Amino acid sequence: MAVRGISYSLVGPIAELCERKKTNWDGGAVKPAPFDYVRAENVEEALSALAANAEAQILAGGQSLIAMMNLRLAKPGCLIDINRLSDLDYIRAEGDELAIGALTRHTAAATSPVVAEFCPLMTAAYDFIAHRAVRNRGTVGGNLCHADPSSENPAVAIASGATFVLNSIDGERRVAAEDFFLGLYETAAKQNELLTEIRIPKAPAGQGWSFQETSTRKGDFALVGIAATLDCSNDACKDARVVAIGVDERAVRLNSAEAPITGAAIDDTSLTAAAEAARDSVDPPSDFHADSDFRRDLVFSLTKRALSEAHGRCGKEG
Amino acid sequence: MGAAEKKVNAMDSVKINVTVNGRSHEREVEPRRLLSDFIREDLRLTGTHLGCEHGVCGSCTILMNGQSTRSCLTFAVMADGAEISTIEGLGSIDDMHPLQAAFWEKHGLQCGFCTPGMLMTALELLRENPSANREDIREALSGNLCRCTGYQTIVDAVELAAETMRGA
Repeated sequence: MAVRGISYSLVGPIAELCERKKTNWDGGAVKPAPFDYVRAENVEEALSALAANAEAQILAGGQSLIAMMNLRLAKPGCLIDINRLSDLDYIRAEGDELAIGALTRHTAAATSPVVAEFCPLMTAAYDFIAHRAVRNRGTVGGNLCHADPSSENPAVAIASGATFVLNSIDGERRVAAEDFFLGLYETAAKQNELLTEIRIPKAPAGQGWSFQETSTRKGDFALVGIAATLDCSNDACKDARVVAIGVDERAVRLNSAEAPITGAAIDDTSLTAAAEAARDSVDPPSDFHADSDFRRDLVFSLTKRALSEAHGRCGKEG
Repeated sequence: MGAAEKKVNAMDSVKINVTVNGRSHEREVEPRRLLSDFIREDLRLTGTHLGCEHGVCGSCTILMNGQSTRSCLTFAVMADGAEISTIEGLGSIDDMHPLQAAFWEKHGLQCGFCTPGMLMTALELLRENPSANREDIREALSGNLCRCTGYQTIVDAVELAAETMRGA
């Protein structure tokens, strides 16, 4: 019997749900599909397990992966749990570079004075990154490897010229952030590679920065977000970087928005020209939360706001 | 080599030891067992509520090693060796925690479904910031959905609890 208003295609799953509810108290209820499990105690174990299991995925904080597994959008055959790799949990200043271990939790990165000194853009972005409980468990590396198109840190990494250190049993290689994000949930990391470290060059003295975002609820995914950095001498812009999230399958650098202000005096005319160029260079998707035109409007407003705030911070420090 | 030997097959179980509200529990769980299901079904501590089960609503929030954690976004195996606090450890009817007393006093709940998550989230906030103001409280609770109260009375309650706890 079909229930009025419920399609036949749902009858099966609903029956399955009822069945599951019945078995609840026998301890039989589960949401994720089964997976083999390896708990790595050190990096070498994680790398050899990755090499040995072609279907393996890394389980870091799990704040995106487990949500997708609960919805059965993801069904990895094997998970390699790296939560015990405490030697990947660090934030260090190394000369002119900031080194962040891939297993660093967001809460640690968000509140780190070293991050604030080396990459104030990242600290600013953390105003928008998830809710506290998710930041407590989610990791910087896991978040980057998940490569969600609305995620903030990919934009921070691209704008600040970060490099990602990838390890496998074959050795180590480094990939620039700009080359790392390939598409929707797709990165340059190969199946057997583990992201171990994120290296960010120290922001040049006097550089201005800003992260701007609009979301339906604070901490939710961005409808649109803009990361911007600006280097000025006097009032002319020497170098500008504008990176957008929520407008494409991945975080994208908007070179066309950078062009009108680079080398120009920063004023309302040049900021407006940059924001218009940003808006005209994107073709964002429409979804339940916002249509394409609204997102384009947001790109205009947030780009102008971000560049303007970054300009206000130029030359203030260092 | 070591890792290959350590691989647990999907349907096999893993022995874990978890301390919940000060009591240690040793259990066997499948790798895919969510911490939320482990708490509710294996330990029968049903005070932790499951709303969305994909990390949006915050109802299943518990403290893991003192930090608020969504138990539906954590596998039980990841909690091996951890100290967990659930709503059952907060207070009792005869000896309510100041947060619980304040939620009662200020009508910080109607149906009560979101309340355990609200309380555990607020607990972390007030431990870290005993003088949290309304804005801090709203920010801290932004990851917890309530479909009844409109949040005003919840913020009132946490504000009152902060006052009580500062005085105590």
